[in-house]
This record gives sequence, structure tokens and C-alpha cells, in this order.
Amino acid sequence: MIFDTVTAVSDTAKVAENGGSDTSWIMHHILDAYKLETPFGYLHLPSIHLFGIDLSITKHVVFMWIAVVLLISGFSIASKAYKKSLVPKGIANFLEVLIIFVRDEIAKPTIGKGYERFLPYLLTVFFFILTCNFLGLIPYGATATSNIGVTSTLAIISFFVIQIGGVMKNGFFGYFKGLIPHGVPVWLLPIMFVVEMLGLFTKPFALAIRLFANLTAGHIVIYALLGLIFILHTYIVIPVSISFALFIYLLEILVALIQAYIFTMLSSLFIGMAVHQDH
Amino acid sequence: MTAMLNIAMLILGGDGPQGGLLDVNPGLIVWTIVTFIFLLLVLKKLAWKPILNSLNERETFIKEQMEKAETAQKETERLIEENKASMAKADEEAQKIIAQARELAEKLQSQKVEETNEKTKKMIDDAVAEIDRKNKEAMNNLREQVAEIAVNAAEKIIRESLDSEKHKKIVNELIDNLPKN
Repeated sequence: MIFDTVTAVSDTAKVAENGGSDTSWIMHHILDAYKLETPFGYLHLPSIHLFGIDLSITKHVVFMWIAVVLLISGFSIASKAYKKSLVPKGIANFLEVLIIFVRDEIAKPTIGKGYERFLPYLLTVFFFILTCNFLGLIPYGATATSNIGVTSTLAIISFFVIQIGGVMKNGFFGYFKGLIPHGVPVWLLPIMFVVEMLGLFTKPFALAIRLFANLTAGHIVIYALLGLIFILHTYIVIPVSISFALFIYLLEILVALIQAYIFTMLSSLFIGMAVHQDH
Repeated sequence: MTAMLNIAMLILGGDGPQGGLLDVNPGLIVWTIVTFIFLLLVLKKLAWKPILNSLNERETFIKEQMEKAETAQKETERLIEENKASMAKADEEAQKIIAQARELAEKLQSQKVEETNEKTKKMIDDAVAEIDRKNKEAMNNLREQVAEIAVNAAEKIIRESLDSEKHKKIVNELIDNLPKN
């Protein structure tokens, strides 16, 4: 079974090579790049090297910034609307639904008492991931959240928020003591400590991998389905490819929403576990 | 084997300019941190604080209004109840007044009837007494007249005491001439 799949992939790769195209053509769309695709050709982005680090403005950085611009402009309109009246209208109404969703369905039940302190972080992470996810679905767009560098950075920020939240509530020693469940035999303590410390790091790791893999997989599947047309050199496959790609695209809209929710939800859950250790 | 290598290359990278799928670019991490922290700070000041405050404000406002409406409703219900009670009381009072009035009227009527009866009785008594008196008077008159007539007759008889035949005739005539009672 595995062998079959492998040969199928290698055949496809060979066909593609014979057709003069590279196997990395899918990756080209998914990976970060130093240039921006526009309807009028490539736009080369400035490359910056500082302190031996490649600080170039890449495609994903640009799309993160687009998300930032969209969010700031959208929310400044919304918060201005609240100054006029407490009854939301238009864009403020739409954003309010999501804000209340994050507050009442994510933060309140998972963190409980004292959730207000973490609400700005959770809201920002939710809207940032959501916007980045959707930016990848528009033509010429790129999904910054399908880059493992971006998702792991977000997960690391989540990690720090979780630990700082826990330490601030329970005190430095109280927090690390609370990591080990009650009623564990003394001789198990060293092992439990190692396991719990590992648990601290697997949580953000899982967050990073989940977001990255979900956002990448959909794009790869769409490109692969469309690539079938060119690899197989036949028109018969076009309706199948297009309809399946469309289906995956619709699925990706769902995934974009769900992954933003999941990332926020799990961050919130971990914060709740760190803050209220007795449960 | 080359196929496996191809897939491995695809995932682990080294192929394109930016490496493979799992390659992490340190510059991107820096930019992500900078971007995210910037977004967090700006949105916290620009959006989350005012919007969340407005939401809380609105929620407390709605809660207060609802509480107010509830108390107002309770008050209204209480007033309605009170109204009903006072209406019932007023009704009862009215009934009482009507009954009293009726009683009074009946009393008054019966009194009047009694009075009238008394008066009538008195009038009848008076009339009877008057009649009696008149009767007596008439009898007296009659007696006097009879006596006079008798005296007259006796006079006539004495005057024309020629024959008894004539006496009889005169007496009979007299008697015939007497009024019939």
C-alpha cells in the first residue's frame, strides 16, 4: 500500500520532470519568498541583513502586515462606532459577534475568574490568525499561518503568556509546585516533574504544528489537484480536478475559521489550567 | 529511492530559495514577534479596551433596564390588585347603601300606609259619628214633628169629636198622611 503510493508519487514526479516542470512548483506557492506575486508580475521585496540575521521583508511578512493594517483599520472603525452609540451597526456589529464569541465561548468557560486580563491577547491572536488564514484564500495571497516559523512564534508567545499568567497567579514556586498533581508518591516526583515540564513544551509545539499543518495541507491538496491537469496532459480530468479543488477550497474556509478558533481555544484552555491549577 | 528522496526533499527542504516546508527563518520569527506585539499593543489601546468597556456598559445597562422593568411590572401588578380590591370594596359599599336605601324606603312606605290607614279610619269614624249625630237629630226632629202632629190630630179630634165614624176616618187619614217612616 505504501509502496503503491510511493511509486505513484514518483511516477507523477517523473512525468512532471519530463514535462519540463519542477517538483517544487507546489512549494513555490506555499513557501515564503523574497518576491510578491501580483497580477502585473513579480514585485521584488527589499532584503535586509542585520547582525548576521536575514531580516528581509518576505512574502509572509508582507501578508502579516496586510492583516495588521486590515485589523487596525477595521477595529478603529468599530471602536469609533461605539463612541457614537452603544448599539452596534454594520462592521461593528459583525466584529462584536466575534468578540463576544471569543469572550463568552472561549475565555469565560476555560479561564473562569480573572479572564479579563487575558482577553486582549486571546482576541488579538484569534483575529490575527483568522485574518492571515483568509488572506491565503484570496488570489495572489499567501498564508502566513502556513509557515512553521510564524506558527511556532505564535505558539511561543502563547507559551510565555501561559507561564507568565500561571506565575503571576500562583507565585513562581507555587506555580511549579502546582504542576505536579496531588497525592503522587514521593519516589515518583522526579519523573513527574520531568513529565510535567515536557508537557509544558508539548502544548505550544502541538499548537504550532496543528495550525501549520492544517493551513498547509489544504493548499497543497488544491495545487496537487490542479496540477493533475498539467501532469496528465488530458482535458478529461479538468472537471474532476476543478470540482475537487473547489470542494477543498470551501473546506479551507471552514478550516481557516476552525483553526483560528482551535488555537485561541487551546491557548485559553492552557492559560486556564496554568492559572487555576487545582482543577 | 529517488522518489523517497524527492518527497524528503519536498518536506525537509534545501530545494527552493527559502528552504523546505519545515525550515524556520530566524528573520521571520523576529518579524512575527514584532508584528504581533505591535498589533497586540495597538489593538489593546485602540479596540479591545473601548469595545469591551462599551460591551460591559451596555450589558449592565440592559441588566439594569430589565430589573427596572421587572420592578415596574410588579408595581403595576400590585396597583391592579389594589384597584381591584378597592373596586370590590366600593361595590360592596354601594350594595350596602342601596340596601339601606331600600330598607328606608320600605320603612317610609309602611309608615305612610299606616298613617293613611289611620287617617282613613279617623275619617270613617268621624263620618260615622256625624251620621249618628245627624240620625239622632233627625229622630229628634221627627219625634217633635210626630208629637206636634199628634197634638194637632188630638186637637182636630177634640174639635171634631162628633162621631166615632168620623174619628176613625180622621185618624186613618192622619195615619195615611204620616210620612212613611
